[in-house]
Amino acid sequence: MNALIDTVIPALAPAGSVRSTTGPGAPATSGPPTAGGTPDGTGALAVLEDLNVWFTDALGRRRHVVHDLSVDIRPGECVAVIGESGSGKSVTARTLIGLTGPNAHVEAATATLFGRDVLTLRDGDWKSIRGRDVGFILQDALVSLDPLRTVGAEIGESLRLHGVRGRAERATRVERLLAEVGVPEPRLRAGQRPDQLSGGLRQRALIASAIANHPALVVADEPTTALDVTVQAQVLDVLAQRKDQGTAILLISHDFSVVGRLADRVLVMQGGRIVESGTAAEVLADPQHPYTRQLLDAVPSGHTKGEYLTEAGRARAADRARERPGRTVPARTRQAEAEPPAVLTARGLTKSYRGPDGRDRAVVRDVSFDVRAGQTLGIVGESGSGKSTTASMALGFVTPDAGTVLLEGAPWSELSVAGRRPRRREVTVVYQDPLSSFDPRWTGRRILTDALDAGSAPGPFASGRARRAHRAELAERADHWARLVGLAPEHLAKHPLRLSGGQRQRLAIARALAPEPRVVVLDEAVSALDVSVQAQVLDLLTELQESLGTTYLFISHDLGVIHHMSDEILVMKDGEAVEHGPADEVFGAPRHPYTRELLESLEQLSTHAASR
Amino acid sequence: MSLSTRHPGPSPSTPPPVHPASASVSHPAAARDRPPRGNRPSPAAVALVVGHKALGAVFVVWAAATLTFLIQALLPGDRATLLLNQQTGQVQERTPEELAPVNEAFGFDEPLIVQYLDFLGGLLRGDLGISYTLYQPVTTVIGDQIAPTVVLTFTALAIAWALAVVLLVLTARRTPWVSRIFSGLESAAAALPQYWLGIILLVVFALWLGIFPVVSGSGAAGLVLPALTLGIPLAGFLAQVMRTEFERTLDAPFVLTARARGMSDGGVRLRHVLRHSLLPGLSLTGWAVGAQFSAAVIAENVFARPGLGRVLVTAVNGRDLPVVCGVVMLVAVIYVITNLVVDTAYILVDPRLKEAA
Amino acid sequence: MSTTPLTPAPAGRVSVPAGPASPTPGHGTADRTARTSVSRRPVPVTVWVAGAFAVLLVIASFAPGLLATADPRAIDLDAPLAPPGVDHWFGTDQSGRDLYSRIVHGTGSSLLIGLGATGVGVGLAVVLGSWAALGGRWADAIIGRGIEVLFAFPILLLAMVFIAVYGPSVQTLILAVGLGIAPGYARMVRAQVMSVRRSGYVQAARALGHHPARILTRHVLPNALRPLLAVLTLGIGQSIVWASGLAFLGFGVAPPSPEWGALLEAGRPYITAAWWLEIIPGLAVLATALTATVLGRHVESTLEGDRS
Repeated sequence: MNALIDTVIPALAPAGSVRSTTGPGAPATSGPPTAGGTPDGTGALAVLEDLNVWFTDALGRRRHVVHDLSVDIRPGECVAVIGESGSGKSVTARTLIGLTGPNAHVEAATATLFGRDVLTLRDGDWKSIRGRDVGFILQDALVSLDPLRTVGAEIGESLRLHGVRGRAERATRVERLLAEVGVPEPRLRAGQRPDQLSGGLRQRALIASAIANHPALVVADEPTTALDVTVQAQVLDVLAQRKDQGTAILLISHDFSVVGRLADRVLVMQGGRIVESGTAAEVLADPQHPYTRQLLDAVPSGHTKGEYLTEAGRARAADRARERPGRTVPARTRQAEAEPPAVLTARGLTKSYRGPDGRDRAVVRDVSFDVRAGQTLGIVGESGSGKSTTASMALGFVTPDAGTVLLEGAPWSELSVAGRRPRRREVTVVYQDPLSSFDPRWTGRRILTDALDAGSAPGPFASGRARRAHRAELAERADHWARLVGLAPEHLAKHPLRLSGGQRQRLAIARALAPEPRVVVLDEAVSALDVSVQAQVLDLLTELQESLGTTYLFISHDLGVIHHMSDEILVMKDGEAVEHGPADEVFGAPRHPYTRELLESLEQLSTHAASR
Repeated sequence: MSLSTRHPGPSPSTPPPVHPASASVSHPAAARDRPPRGNRPSPAAVALVVGHKALGAVFVVWAAATLTFLIQALLPGDRATLLLNQQTGQVQERTPEELAPVNEAFGFDEPLIVQYLDFLGGLLRGDLGISYTLYQPVTTVIGDQIAPTVVLTFTALAIAWALAVVLLVLTARRTPWVSRIFSGLESAAAALPQYWLGIILLVVFALWLGIFPVVSGSGAAGLVLPALTLGIPLAGFLAQVMRTEFERTLDAPFVLTARARGMSDGGVRLRHVLRHSLLPGLSLTGWAVGAQFSAAVIAENVFARPGLGRVLVTAVNGRDLPVVCGVVMLVAVIYVITNLVVDTAYILVDPRLKEAA
Repeated sequence: MSTTPLTPAPAGRVSVPAGPASPTPGHGTADRTARTSVSRRPVPVTVWVAGAFAVLLVIASFAPGLLATADPRAIDLDAPLAPPGVDHWFGTDQSGRDLYSRIVHGTGSSLLIGLGATGVGVGLAVVLGSWAALGGRWADAIIGRGIEVLFAFPILLLAMVFIAVYGPSVQTLILAVGLGIAPGYARMVRAQVMSVRRSGYVQAARALGHHPARILTRHVLPNALRPLLAVLTLGIGQSIVWASGLAFLGFGVAPPSPEWGALLEAGRPYITAAWWLEIIPGLAVLATALTATVLGRHVESTLEGDRS
């Protein structure tokens, strides 16, 4: 990242230098705010110039989270701020509406919203601005709308706070708003609470509550994160519609495909600074700053298949190629001479659970697959598709109602709990949240030695020397596995709590590999990671497969990740396997309408891929 | 005496104190992935839930009755002897001739199972037995004294809720020192022994300042100090459990959404946050009413107030088990009824539980 | 936000040195939590005060002579019911005995009652709670119901029932209070064991094929019972409060012992004449309870801090 010091690239000039050409001008639905035009005459709705934000933590330490940031937003345009967690992008958005938080200290050369100084506005002033002139959308309406109230009450509150007095009038307007954002049966839905609505519907309701008074500017902080990809596309359509009607949008996101779909201009943030800015087309197609390039490279997809996602991964691969000529590409892209034997075989897996209404609901229906030695089988599906239950059956934690799982041809799912125990070390798992899978009292080394210790430890009557030797041997092997996943001995001395997200996932991978299993089940193993960390972990998994011949059962909701990693793919929907075949076939020529829908929803970064 | 003992501290490591009757209700988070459905559960489902709760309530009362019966029946020593000795104030062995009429009158010589069934049958008819010392039906003894205690208990409860809610809305998550001082005061209030608080109030307001009567009698003025004696510690404890939830809710994303909608801080606190923080308070109340009812003994004692407290202390000292057990039964019934009420209130506050149930 | 210290003047803008903020990319939220939890918060003043008081309590329990100013049994008929002053810091009782020294000498037995009751209560809670959580569906149902029923018996009432049956004594007091506080703790233990059992790391250990006994001893019990340290501390304070309340009602231990509850009981007839006989022993109880609360919470938050 030394290249970062070289931040003086043309695109870094204040955002105004790159003009957006889109935007139909002043908002059509409601007049511009009473505050009138902006003093500088450019017509910008919001201007931040040289914004700096510090946070003071509980220990009284100050952290500088936004550095000299400048941005302006004009009527009808969408400006996107993209960055990884901790980049300061959300803080910037919240500062614009005066909700930075109680421990923040904010300074700026200019910080205006509709011509009024954000930094001097009082609580009373804000009441008439927030919700009327500027709307705010957060991610996940399940927690961003009051879970105890109906969505109608929440949307109605936006109206009530800005002068819509009559109860009946509010009810009518709420229905109209819900219809406007594409909620079917708005009257029924208005009477439901967020937990009674599907993810897409409640996110629309959240949008409706933000745009209830037709604000000229909407601040959307990760508005589609945590939604399924098809739903994500629908919600983005709603936002795009608002934009077409003249609403300006400040979009905060970590996801290039979301940004590419909506934004006119893009600012890339890293560590609280803008490292690159320009029109969306320019930044996405022709990134200038190394960090932007690195971020774009790190996005896994079909185009990255068979390649490493990080510079470091590529370098290490090149080193290995020099040492061992002939193996220059990751294993999975080599055309298998002969089909490798199946390690894990599932046939006709079916599982039902009793629902709250007392009826059985099939979570998985008749799913079959083979996980072949040294290869990766990817299972992809949206939430509720049954992919995690399938993983649990593969792991032997859930007994299928019908069908079997065989491990190297021998019974696996049919074994008793005790019968399965000795063979458990042959099927290991990495979960989405590694931290919760580590005993909080244990250090990394203890976690690894515990995984290595299959119970062959010398008994209590063994000599002290034998036990010491055993411990030393375990510790040595733990170090070995740590090195393989890129962890240093000093990392092992720490509690996982003190490790970064990427390091924790490396530790989890080391633990899964240490028993030298036949199959590793990766259950959403990279889903919670930032894109650049995700790229490092995916590269690590690829390298390990290449050098150790590990077999993966890779489960994810992310089509890009699955396409990038898998040899073979199983697409699941509502408990059924709707498509199954070699990765390129499934993604290249999808047969099932659902797969096609999935793929269409996924905004492919074709522009970027073409530029490489 | 602090109420916090039963609910060990509102600590992050302990789960939110859902009271026993609603412990079976699955957590709202479990509703996360359920498909959308209508707001109204079917009448059959409601009937099932109500029936389940009623059954649970009956079970608790039955178990309490059985325990009180066992306490009386398995008392060390002979009951008839105890009874005669308590009545005459002597301690001596009794001849069979002396004991026979007592055994006859109280049915002590019947087989245990017959006594038990008699006892349960009596309960169904509203008969709690005869006091050993007063030779009056226990229901009469209790009935004569119950009114002042009920008034005291519920006044104290109302004071506690009012104090806790006002304190919370005004002081939670304000400037650090305000929040810290008030949460410290709450801890102190929750740890206050009731007798001690009562004596302080008595000494200061009745003896030194003379604002309230020393012997509280049954008037309204006499109610203030005893009710504060019970209400302040409960308020401290209520505020403690509610503050945790209140502050957690203040950090919730939907609160940020509400602010971004143009809602004032006061509006956010009253319309959104308070409702969420009512839940742990309600749980606590379900349990606290029984405890308050028995703690009324202390307040009544300090302020020489009429009520069940006197009856109970006299009965304990006189080893008048039917009366003691009668009070136990009464408290169990009050506990059960309060919890049914709290369950209903819970569903009003958090409609998600209606479907989850 | 009224609490946001927004600085209106852009004049004092701080210039920030250029350069990468973090040397490696993508170490987001996870890293920040990691960093903040490494350096611990300073120990609050209240904890220091509570700690100091706890030390005094221990000294008073084992060597009351070091702190007492007089013989707790020495009768001074010249100064009955003397108010607090230079000679008698906390005043004297009806027989002219020095209240301060009596409180100091009563510390040991008061703490012992609290300790005993907490031991009984928490011990019972650990057994019942773990059994309910680990013993399968039936054990859970039965114990759960049992706990629910015990909840219908308020501590004070339960204790009085015990006293009515067995007569007042130290053992009765300890047993009654212990039994009274047990259900609340039992439910906590049960929830704790359940949550550990369902935790990701127990699942991970099962995935490694470890034997259930090994999982129980290495993961479940240590993690589930660790918070009990805080509970024990809190419980001692609470038990002393309950025991003293019973003593106040006249169900305490026999008068000659200067145990705090007994002091309260003895002072009852003199409320109007000598407030200090009630207020000051009560203050000792309150201070001990608060000390236990503060220390217990501190232990609890320290344990929490280690985890999250």
